[in-house]
Amino acid sequence: MHPAPSVIIFNTFSGLGFGLLFWLGMGALVPTGWGAFIWFVIAYLFAVGGLIASTFHLGHPERTIKAFSQWKTSWLSREGVCAVFALTVMAIYGAGLVFAGTRLGFFGVIGALASLGVVFTTSMIYAQMKTVPRWRHWTTPAMYLLLSLGGGALLAGQIKIAAVLLIAGGIVQIFAWGTGDRRFIEAGTTMASATGLGHIGKVRAFEPPHTGTNYLMREFIHQVGRKHADQLRVIIIGLAFLLPVVLLVLPFSHIFAALAVISHIAGVLTLRWLFFAQAEHVVGLYYGKR
Amino acid sequence: MTQLPPPSAKKLGLVIDLDTCVGCHACVVSCKGWNTENYGAPLSDQNAYSGAASGTFLNRVHSYEVQPEQGAAQLIHFPKSCLHCEDAPCVTVCPTGASYKRAEDGIVLVNESDCIGCGLCAWACPYGARELDAKEGVMKKCTLCVDRIYNENLPEEDRQPACVRTCPAGARHFGDLGDAESDVSKLVAERGGFDLMPEQGTRPVNKYLPPRPKDVEPEFDILAPYLEPVAQDGAGFAHWLDKALSALPGGAK
Repeated sequence: MHPAPSVIIFNTFSGLGFGLLFWLGMGALVPTGWGAFIWFVIAYLFAVGGLIASTFHLGHPERTIKAFSQWKTSWLSREGVCAVFALTVMAIYGAGLVFAGTRLGFFGVIGALASLGVVFTTSMIYAQMKTVPRWRHWTTPAMYLLLSLGGGALLAGQIKIAAVLLIAGGIVQIFAWGTGDRRFIEAGTTMASATGLGHIGKVRAFEPPHTGTNYLMREFIHQVGRKHADQLRVIIIGLAFLLPVVLLVLPFSHIFAALAVISHIAGVLTLRWLFFAQAEHVVGLYYGKR
Repeated sequence: MTQLPPPSAKKLGLVIDLDTCVGCHACVVSCKGWNTENYGAPLSDQNAYSGAASGTFLNRVHSYEVQPEQGAAQLIHFPKSCLHCEDAPCVTVCPTGASYKRAEDGIVLVNESDCIGCGLCAWACPYGARELDAKEGVMKKCTLCVDRIYNENLPEEDRQPACVRTCPAGARHFGDLGDAESDVSKLVAERGGFDLMPEQGTRPVNKYLPPRPKDVEPEFDILAPYLEPVAQDGAGFAHWLDKALSALPGGAK
């Protein structure tokens, strides 16, 4: 799959933003006044900034409002509805902390759960794709949630929770990669089933339908990611999980904390790039590629 | 609405005969010709006259080489367009309701004025039947020439998809696959028509007819008695001539 920068930025930063909103809503930290204002500005910059970035890859972003209508069947629509709901409820909760210095616990918990809901609905956009066997697995929503919760805890300065969640995230990610590598084969879609010609013999793509490239090949066939997958995985585990945990365990300093956040974000950006770049869509089989 | 309608009795679709298709791409050209100037946004091309030409097509013809365990390889031309699936995953993923399946005849269409160009329907389609137009930013797909098949302004023989109308080999057939008595349904039953990627669970309406088995050459050649080398009996004039010529310098042994 083509790793579109706008979608990678969205997945990374909105995940962190909604993760931070979750911990704020649950009352893991209860800032008030100007302190609360700064916390919520950071969370909203990440969450909303990511959402805005995600509209950059749309052909017609001016029609985005229509995307709230099909929540009955579409995970993308559910994500939009959930995001607006979470951001509205958390704004009320934030206003209580900033302006009145009171914690409206009910709004906080609802907003926190809705924030997780946004991350979950995002992950299901990918996990529902039968055409991309690598994504169609429980590890996809699990990783989105763990990264959001872990990264959010890291931003919120919840050192112990962050360390535990990041270690869990690293383990689940390694498991997701290991099983994901076999999933395309296990799904059973082959050139034989794609063409229905397997009963005659071995099928080979002889001539593509066109001399140049096309939308399908640009969007779905991306082989660079797989070439360097092993090195990238080591880099991701180091930057997104290991280094932040080590920095958290060291005696607290603001420099270490900032480094942990920067390292985590760099790692998650790489992780998301690989998440797309490495995923194989079955349509590639019609082109004799994966 | 992107909820799939209950299965329609009428299931309009194509039957593509892989035995007959000669790979001329006439269907590709006629499809682009009709659909670029009729229903919806035109099908744009980018850098059409450069080395990096690319464009939007609703129908493309692949060619595959199939190597049986014994005998010569076969070359099979393989036209591919939207299969108008009964469980169309491209419809349910659409966040705006632009992508829909018609309740009355099962045709899958895009309402381009509602399409935000997110591309998710193309992700959900295992067949590569949908292409986002680079100029218009909306999703394009085969309409089964919905603006021809019901068009009473056209002569009756033209009320079929452009690709079917133009195919010089008669490799493409259009009809109601929901009606077991229709010509296309009979053709599918007779020739063992099959689904592409059945394991994806999309239940395509369009069917493909497999190439017919190739003739197997008989073990013996009926002309053999007339073509047998002479002088194998080791006697007579021909035998003497064979030996005599072989004995000359450079003669074939």
